[in-house]
Amino acid sequence: MNTFGWTRRVAIAAATATLAFGGIAQADGHQVLDDVHFLIPGGAGGGWDGTARGTGEALTGAGLVGSASYENMSGGGGGVAIAHLIENAASLENTMMVNSTPIVIRSLTGVFPQSFRDLTLVAGTIGDYAALVVNSDSELQSMDDLLAAYRADASGFAIGGGSVPGGMDHLVAAMAMQAAGEDPTAFNYIPYDAGGAAMAGLLSGEIKALSTGFSEAVALAQQGEVRILGVTADERVDAFADAPTMKEQGIDTTFVNWRGFFAAPGVSDAQLGKFQTALTQMYDTPEWEEVRARNGWVNIHNNGDDFRAFLENQEKVIGDLMKTLGFL
Amino acid sequence: MLEGIMIGLGAAFSIQNILMVVAGCLIGTFIGMLPGLGPMSIIAIMIPVAITLGDPAAALILLAGVYYGAIFGGSTSSILLNAPGVAGTVATSFDGYPMARKGQAGKALTIAAVASFAGGTIGAILLVIFAPVLSSVALRFHSAEYFALMVVGLSAIAAFAGTGQVAKALMMTILGLILATVGEGALFSMPRFTMGLLDLQSGISFITLAMAMFALPEALFLVLNPMRGASGDGASNKITNLRFSREEGKAMIPVIGRQSIQGFFIGVLPGAGATIASFLGYAVERNIAKGDEQAEFGKGSVKGLAAPETANNAACTGSFVPLLTLGIPGSGTTAILLGALIALNVTPGPRLMIDTPEIFWAVIISMFIGNLVLLILNLPLIPYIAKILAIPRNYLIPFILFFTLMGAYIGQNNATELLMLVGLGVMATIFRFADYPLAPLLIGFILGTMLEDNFARSMQLYRGLDFIIERPMTLGLLVIALVLVLLPSYRARRARKRAEGVADGD
Repeated sequence: MNTFGWTRRVAIAAATATLAFGGIAQADGHQVLDDVHFLIPGGAGGGWDGTARGTGEALTGAGLVGSASYENMSGGGGGVAIAHLIENAASLENTMMVNSTPIVIRSLTGVFPQSFRDLTLVAGTIGDYAALVVNSDSELQSMDDLLAAYRADASGFAIGGGSVPGGMDHLVAAMAMQAAGEDPTAFNYIPYDAGGAAMAGLLSGEIKALSTGFSEAVALAQQGEVRILGVTADERVDAFADAPTMKEQGIDTTFVNWRGFFAAPGVSDAQLGKFQTALTQMYDTPEWEEVRARNGWVNIHNNGDDFRAFLENQEKVIGDLMKTLGFL
Repeated sequence: MLEGIMIGLGAAFSIQNILMVVAGCLIGTFIGMLPGLGPMSIIAIMIPVAITLGDPAAALILLAGVYYGAIFGGSTSSILLNAPGVAGTVATSFDGYPMARKGQAGKALTIAAVASFAGGTIGAILLVIFAPVLSSVALRFHSAEYFALMVVGLSAIAAFAGTGQVAKALMMTILGLILATVGEGALFSMPRFTMGLLDLQSGISFITLAMAMFALPEALFLVLNPMRGASGDGASNKITNLRFSREEGKAMIPVIGRQSIQGFFIGVLPGAGATIASFLGYAVERNIAKGDEQAEFGKGSVKGLAAPETANNAACTGSFVPLLTLGIPGSGTTAILLGALIALNVTPGPRLMIDTPEIFWAVIISMFIGNLVLLILNLPLIPYIAKILAIPRNYLIPFILFFTLMGAYIGQNNATELLMLVGLGVMATIFRFADYPLAPLLIGFILGTMLEDNFARSMQLYRGLDFIIERPMTLGLLVIALVLVLLPSYRARRARKRAEGVADGD
């Protein structure tokens, strides 16, 4: 669903031309990179698109990077962009691709043949927790109530989500059920094609509970439309401290839908170092704080090797669960 | 509420906001004219600009203007080039393009503009009156009802089953439904019919298929048949003439009245939207039209053009109900609008109208200004736009091909789309030679995904087909669909019998 290919490139060229002069004065000596090209595996307006453009805006605004350009390349659930990054690695030295939890899930299910191991890991930068929510006029007040209702009629208990069966929203709900000692395969998972459609399904009473992203749930919880029963964070999140965590209700499960950046395989250590320095320094800038607050993102920074360890752990947890659920 | 409207009036008529609505409509209508650039991509690009404004009301007025401006302008390429750029304007090409081929391009564009204006304006009136209470209506619809609504939408194919083509139309619809299953659907974690090709993983893109079915064969036919004039088959060369006759105007009024209301209410449903509204509008108007008028549908009927154009603009306005009063986006475009609002620290939902009436009402009132601006802007331009068809054919054909290829490419930035476009275009050309109607294929394709998703969800929720009996509204909609399909053939048979009876009487 992208955008203006050529028109935008003209605009970017024009912007780059002006930035080339302005940039030097602005950078006051701490510019790390001349330019970064962001590869976005989905269309304009999606989560990946917002993350790449927001990060680019903060990096250039703070003078850490001279200029940023963006390219949307949808297709294959992100697979087309991954293949592009690998096949054309030699000419993509200054390219960073944005991605998130689905890269782990989709390489497990074999949607695309590659995995994060085929790319150079730069850093995980932000994240969003997941949440189970109910309609605010629902009789379910806590995870205990939800589990009680589930025990009473497991197969009639419909939990919806904005992903395919075996996708992120389904896995989060199954994870919570498993941690609570219930059978994660028994509930009736109802998939919707987008988070908004799933939310409409919840409000219309078609489904009893919804598995969704925390930030999406907060927007509606503030309006009094939904109640958040449990968040998959270690501790209550400042953005909406009324929402209890799964952990404090005795359900030992946490989950972060991370977003982060990857570079082409075989990119030089010097270049990788510059990418990582720029992103690390970005967190302390007011420009980043503005972008982050505006989007309601949570800073969850995992650099290089930490990122690898985090991804390997997530891959194991998700892989085990998917085997239990029969998706692998 | 009245107080809120007064605040909104004041805000909407500030100089800044009038500038915003004019700018939004201008950008929307011009970019909407180009096939391939739907409102979604334009709005996504405009978001940084809107956020820089800082004022949520101004930002939303600008983006909303781009949205309905793009729907307004989207009809142009459908009518002139048979190249619907967004799904919501596919039905516009059913009668708009035949009208342009008769040498009445100017008239067709004028009718589209007037119908769009009326749909948008009546939609905005309904929004002022009903927005506060309609949010609960939007939630009455479950997956079962959406499934039934898609079935009603499919009955629009009955319009193409005329003149003994019932079997052909049905076959093409089924082919469209089959094409819609390609890729990884929302309900299955497995890719279907992708033949292992990564490029088919997300399915066939709408824009590629639309260009391949409509625009590409049309351009090929112009090449293959040198006698076929680009500006039309008719002798009339008044392509720049804007006027429609008094009778045509009279015929349009009831259509516009019905379709702006029907379209608005379909737009209010978060799972429906402008596309469904335009197909349903076309199907309903064709079925209630009488004899000769009905036979005109598909051949350049004034009613057949006015119906989808009114309905899609009214539906676009209606889609602001779930967005503003529930915080639920019904489409990709409104999802981006929601993102922009949240970025500006405005959370749409039931409290928006109470907490920040100046934003809520200013946006709605700006729609009246916006629609007027669009009409004033578009009418004087029509003669110039229509003149595109007067370009000599050796320049026009490459022009059409360029827009067709560009439309398919810029959607995804993926060169494989071009190969698919050509392949599907060749297929469509063969179908046209064999006299198969192509519109049912596209209708089947567009509705197929939603039909299947909602059907599968209902099956899963009710563990079977019980939802048809247990939900009266579902049953009611399915009965309407049956009537819409059967009525035309019943009428045709009755007319034939009567004709035979007269013959016997002699």
